[in-house]
Amino acid sequence: MTYAIEIRDLKKRYESGFEALKGVDLTVEKGDFFALLGPNGAGKSTTIGILCSLVNKTSGQVSIFGKDIDQDFAKAKRHLGVVPQEFNFNVFETVFNVVVTQAGFYGISRAVAEGRAEKYLKQLDLWSKKDVQSRMLSGGMKRRLMIARALIHEPDVLILDEPTAGVDIELRRSMWEFIKKLNEQGTTIILTTHYLEEAEQLCRNIAIISAGEIVENTSVKALLKTLNQETFILDVDTPIPTDWTVTNYGVVVNQDGTSLEVEVTKGQSINVIFQALDAISANVVSMRNKSNRLEELFVKLIKG
Amino acid sequence: MKNSEIWIAFYTILVREIRRFTRIWPQTLLPPAITMSLYFAIFGNLIGERIGEMGGFSYMQYIVPGLIMMSVITNSYSNVSSSFFSAKFQHSVQELLVSPTPNWVILLGYTLGGVSRGLCVGLIVTVLSLFFTHMALESLLLTIVVVCLTSVMFSLGGFVNAIYARSFDDVSIVPTFILTPLTYLGGVFYSIDLLPDFWQTVSMLNPVLYMVNAFRFGILGVSDINVYWALVIVCVFIVVLFGFGLRLLNQGKGIRS
Repeated sequence: MTYAIEIRDLKKRYESGFEALKGVDLTVEKGDFFALLGPNGAGKSTTIGILCSLVNKTSGQVSIFGKDIDQDFAKAKRHLGVVPQEFNFNVFETVFNVVVTQAGFYGISRAVAEGRAEKYLKQLDLWSKKDVQSRMLSGGMKRRLMIARALIHEPDVLILDEPTAGVDIELRRSMWEFIKKLNEQGTTIILTTHYLEEAEQLCRNIAIISAGEIVENTSVKALLKTLNQETFILDVDTPIPTDWTVTNYGVVVNQDGTSLEVEVTKGQSINVIFQALDAISANVVSMRNKSNRLEELFVKLIKG
Repeated sequence: MKNSEIWIAFYTILVREIRRFTRIWPQTLLPPAITMSLYFAIFGNLIGERIGEMGGFSYMQYIVPGLIMMSVITNSYSNVSSSFFSAKFQHSVQELLVSPTPNWVILLGYTLGGVSRGLCVGLIVTVLSLFFTHMALESLLLTIVVVCLTSVMFSLGGFVNAIYARSFDDVSIVPTFILTPLTYLGGVFYSIDLLPDFWQTVSMLNPVLYMVNAFRFGILGVSDINVYWALVIVCVFIVVLFGFGLRLLNQGKGIRS
């Protein structure tokens, strides 16, 4: 089977002696929406850097759509589009030139490049800014410009390294709608993000990297199934006693009695809590997770 | 990449480089025009008239080829060193590194970008010199060959400088402390026949001397050195610098972690 990305025993030791990757094995299937998560310094950016030739690996094998990056680097690179974490375009070039110039580096003729640039800049709401120097764009626009640039050679795999960092909610949503559409059209998406709810909502598969090693690599659904305990916050319309308890459930009521935290372990039902509240004539008006479910697992896995 | 795609990638880099130095023409094209006009007026006209003839030509005629070559050398060098270092500094070099463009095409593109600016400035200075003196032309072919090869050589030198540079200071150190002294001591303003024997021998170790004299021979037909040696030396430097620059790119020196 040919994977979109196949990484075998990937190691990276920097000149300082720091071992960023300690033998990473990772596969991403074609068409997947994949999340690579990990705390700062875990090895995410090093892995992505090696994939897109910005970091030299110490050892190991990396293939993109079956093309080894050492033996067939030109073909491997054609399959890959990268949206890096930091802005890395020539800030003195116009928006249009940033995108069209990148196409030239892939051997795409000017005429074809201009057509594609128009298409992607329009899709990303940047067409009206095409003649503006890229340094004049807002942060969100700059990020969209990097997406347009990464798509200009129509890659099969798009890597997005923290694409929504510092982007407002509305723009983040529209960006994800765009990326979801790309994925539906067949583009494999690999995402790193610190917003774990994004990964939970968008991604099918997930890998968690910590201290240069993959500590989990599975589907988001399978990962969430391993969650033993969830904490819910319930708001009630009638204040309840602060020492109110329910047998076998961890319950903490806040000081004014209008909100409570309930720990529900695997096999238990939240209905028991509803019934207990009903018995004291308190109605639940809203309910939410205390933290993102994936976040709880993430913290647990990282802590080992 | 197919040949046609390689050509597009090369052409893209070259056009981008030309677009860069023409966009900032007050920093790239105007200063050498002003500086050289001052050289022509002060050294050529005012002081030159008191110096008299050199090599059978008026002093103004004698220094014009050297000043043209000096402009070509410094501008070829600084174009590539500043452009590639800026790309490193603002990380836009990553646009090239993630693409399938072969390293030799990147090197060639930047080098010919430097050559374009070097020749452009050389042409401007040549036209300006015509306002101050009459210029003969002994061999058009030799003049063009020498100026082009010299420009290629110093563009490659600028590229190697940019690869090693870690700050903007590093980019200016080589032109200030190495290139400028070599150029001034490379026979731009005088014939080495005027020097004592010892300093004549020392001057022969300066590669710029060969280029300036070969260029002067192409224009005036006079030279302190054997022109064919000059061509051989420039070609050897080009081969060595191209090989070295390519090796640095392949290793990812200064651009890949």
